Amino acid sequence: MSSITQPIGGHGDAAGGHEHHPSGIMRWITTTNHKDIGTMYLWFSFTMFLVGGVFALTIRSELFEPGMQILRPERFNQLITLHGLIMIFGALMPGAVGFANWMIPMQIGAPDMAFARMNNLSFWLLPPAAIMLLLGLFVPGGAPETGWTLYPPLSIQQGMGMDLTIFAIHIMGASSIMGSINIITTILNLRAPGMTMMKMPLFCWSWLITAYLLIAVMPVLAGAVTMLLTDRHFGTSFFDAAGGGDPVLFQHVFWFFGHPEVYIIILPAFGLISEVIPTFSRKPLFGYASMVYALCAIAILSFLVWAHHMFTVGLPAAGILFYMYATMLIAIPTGVKVFNWLATMWKGSITLEAPMLFALGFLFLFTTGGFTGLILAIQPVDVQFQDTYYVVAHFHYVMVAGTLFAFFAATYYWLPKWTGHMYNETLAKWHFWGSFIFFNVAFFPMHFLGLAGMPRRIPDYAQQFTNWNQVSTVGAFGFGLSQLILLYVVVMCIRGGKPAPAKPWEGATSLEWTLPSPAPYHSFPTPPVVQ
Amino acid sequence: MRRAGMDQGGTGLAASGENMVGTVRGGARRRWVATLAAALLVFPGIAFADWAWNFQPPASPIADQIEHLHELIFWICVVIFVGVFGTMFYILIKHRKSVGHQAAQFHENTTIEIAWTVVPFLILVFMAWPATKVVLAMHDTSAPDMTIKVTGYQWKWNYDYIDEGFSFYSTLSTSLDQIQNRQPKDPHYLLEVDNPLVVPVGEKVRVLVTAGDVIHSWWVPAFGLKQDAIPGFVRDTWFKADKVGIFRGQCAELCGKEHGFMPVVVEVKSKDDYAKWLAAEKQKLAAATENPDKVWTLDELVAHGKQVFDGNCAACHQPTGTGNAAIGAPALVGDKVVLGPAQHQIDVVLNGQTNGVLQHPPAGGKMPSWAQLSDVDIASAITYTRNSWGNKAEQNVVQPKDVKAERK
Repeated sequence: MSSITQPIGGHGDAAGGHEHHPSGIMRWITTTNHKDIGTMYLWFSFTMFLVGGVFALTIRSELFEPGMQILRPERFNQLITLHGLIMIFGALMPGAVGFANWMIPMQIGAPDMAFARMNNLSFWLLPPAAIMLLLGLFVPGGAPETGWTLYPPLSIQQGMGMDLTIFAIHIMGASSIMGSINIITTILNLRAPGMTMMKMPLFCWSWLITAYLLIAVMPVLAGAVTMLLTDRHFGTSFFDAAGGGDPVLFQHVFWFFGHPEVYIIILPAFGLISEVIPTFSRKPLFGYASMVYALCAIAILSFLVWAHHMFTVGLPAAGILFYMYATMLIAIPTGVKVFNWLATMWKGSITLEAPMLFALGFLFLFTTGGFTGLILAIQPVDVQFQDTYYVVAHFHYVMVAGTLFAFFAATYYWLPKWTGHMYNETLAKWHFWGSFIFFNVAFFPMHFLGLAGMPRRIPDYAQQFTNWNQVSTVGAFGFGLSQLILLYVVVMCIRGGKPAPAKPWEGATSLEWTLPSPAPYHSFPTPPVVQ
Repeated sequence: MRRAGMDQGGTGLAASGENMVGTVRGGARRRWVATLAAALLVFPGIAFADWAWNFQPPASPIADQIEHLHELIFWICVVIFVGVFGTMFYILIKHRKSVGHQAAQFHENTTIEIAWTVVPFLILVFMAWPATKVVLAMHDTSAPDMTIKVTGYQWKWNYDYIDEGFSFYSTLSTSLDQIQNRQPKDPHYLLEVDNPLVVPVGEKVRVLVTAGDVIHSWWVPAFGLKQDAIPGFVRDTWFKADKVGIFRGQCAELCGKEHGFMPVVVEVKSKDDYAKWLAAEKQKLAAATENPDKVWTLDELVAHGKQVFDGNCAACHQPTGTGNAAIGAPALVGDKVVLGPAQHQIDVVLNGQTNGVLQHPPAGGKMPSWAQLSDVDIASAITYTRNSWGNKAEQNVVQPKDVKAERK
């Protein structure tokens, strides 16, 4: 985005005058600037969001009515897999890294990320990985038909699309680990004088904890898929009972990665929301210390609850009780965060600009997803819900209305700082209401479908599920089209608009707002001093 | 929570009387539902089972406990939700800059922070207590009245009455014409099978669940029973149906291409009817095992083979034998394996293959092993392919004993 607002010798020079970088495509390939890399991450994330979204709409079109209409069952399953992998590894995770790249150095008063060249590499690993993932659609046998969870023995049966997926996951994992090392080192070593840990904006705290989670679990996923690879091609039998292995072992290893992964996706969103709500309430964040402790508690608990994804594999009663209790406990720190956000708003002086609307949408819908999460934690109830549309509803409430809404809030919040222009508030509000309403039209009926017994990942369904599926498909298209408003608002904001002051939001307090808008190409060459 | 008067898996109460069984239960609710059901029968056009939105009516004690547990947790969540978001909307109305509200600057309060940590904990304990009781009840597989082994295959179920010594396969009976929209859909579209599992009412049935290829999951919503079927491992669980009727569910673990097309249907009979059914099944079994070396005529083989082929092979090779290139399933019309020596085709069916290379279980190929089918079934299906869609193989009859000879 800054590429357009800051042409060589453009007005960015006023703030420092040392904007020396190659022009054209080489600027982006060779850049080590955290803002350029952040921009690339965000555009990459948005592109993947559209690709995954097109897959989702194709899936929803097939599910508009009973019978097979536009897809063959095997293609349907492939789209299910790619939709999940692309949204998680292509859209949500890189999106969060994009915000981290842009904002963490500016929020802690650092000139750039700690390892600038590695930062470039960790971004440029992503496009080839995404291409490998999508290439699966065009090889014999197609992409994996396993869903994003890749459970063996089904994943052992797949064609070479599965191998492409495994290598893509390896590459994306390497990218995530490098990004995490960079973020941890930047936060621990490059804070401005006086910026103590407990003075950091909560977004930085949330990313510090997320980065540790990533370093802990990405190697576990890499191990799991490597074992799949050797089972497929080199005669091992980690997951094959006939050779002394166990298919359920994969599920344990996968979810030991997969559950922390859920928090990797939501914690940066918590951080973003904790920036937006105080700003638009014009009041300091309530319970800063307890927010930090709650983040830590959620991170630790996330390692102890993985088997709640496996409540129907036939765990012993003692195991079920342990995982059920541990999972229920997560409601406590999550509740603390919700209460703290409400207490921040309490007796504030609230205005409802687009970032705040999305933050409130987040609060309302994420909490709904939290409640269904609690219901799913109750193992006997989960037996009815496991692998049904109820679970699909639940995780879209926390990932779409949770993380994605937080990304939208943060985008509108920082667009003036990134581009130097104010965005079109009216259209942004349209984007919010379109997203909020159609999100619920698309996903709320899925609770009913799950209750009534519709399994997930099926290309065709019995007739009593017809009407809610039709409602859901209509909502999905509405939601997808609403995102074009976002694209339009962002592009228009990059190209021009009312000039943004250094601090466009009355209640904003963190360091990035002391910089001019747009932020100069090199910010804080000498560290600011924090009181 | 009131239910929409739907039957287990049907499209409407009006559709069939059999499914009235098991729809009504519980005092005032029973009367309410009965009234609604009557209304729906009078006006079948407005039957809103297409809007199914709640659990299927429970037909076992565990399903009943699960439903009550869900209602308890659900309503607690609703109360908290209303409290939290009532507060949020109050704040949004009263503490707005536009109504002139000035921001206070407080940012902590230890008392309230402890309160909103401890109170949720107590609520969770209150939820965990009844949940624990149900978990323990679900795990009590002791003292069963009978035991059935359920094995999942791509894409059908095998039910083995291990106390009685017979077993059979249960496959989707909805026709491909309905799935591909060439025929109107049955009321039980995708939830109907050729041979349902049959059990007696009121008896504790222990279920041993396993799989032959990939992971499946055996799920009967009305019994509150869902158990993953894991190849190489046997899990046990149980149910006790407390109502006579037909109960429908589906495979609940993604198991490949036809995952959406392997329903679970359980027919619960009265004890007398069950005894009659059992006697008839045993008689059929005796007739089939009477003479394993019986020589079948071409017509018998082709007639039986069509059933076997449509139930097992047509999912990939298509009912017309034209194959499905997208998944590497070759056309059988004019295929050189089908027209060539029978022994090779028997090997392929017994072992499976990938790209023309024979595979050996359990590695499995694109074409899986079908060794679990009986000699008669395999011989008939092969004979069928050799004499259909214009195929005229030189060796056009394969007898069950030929298949038996090829088995290791």
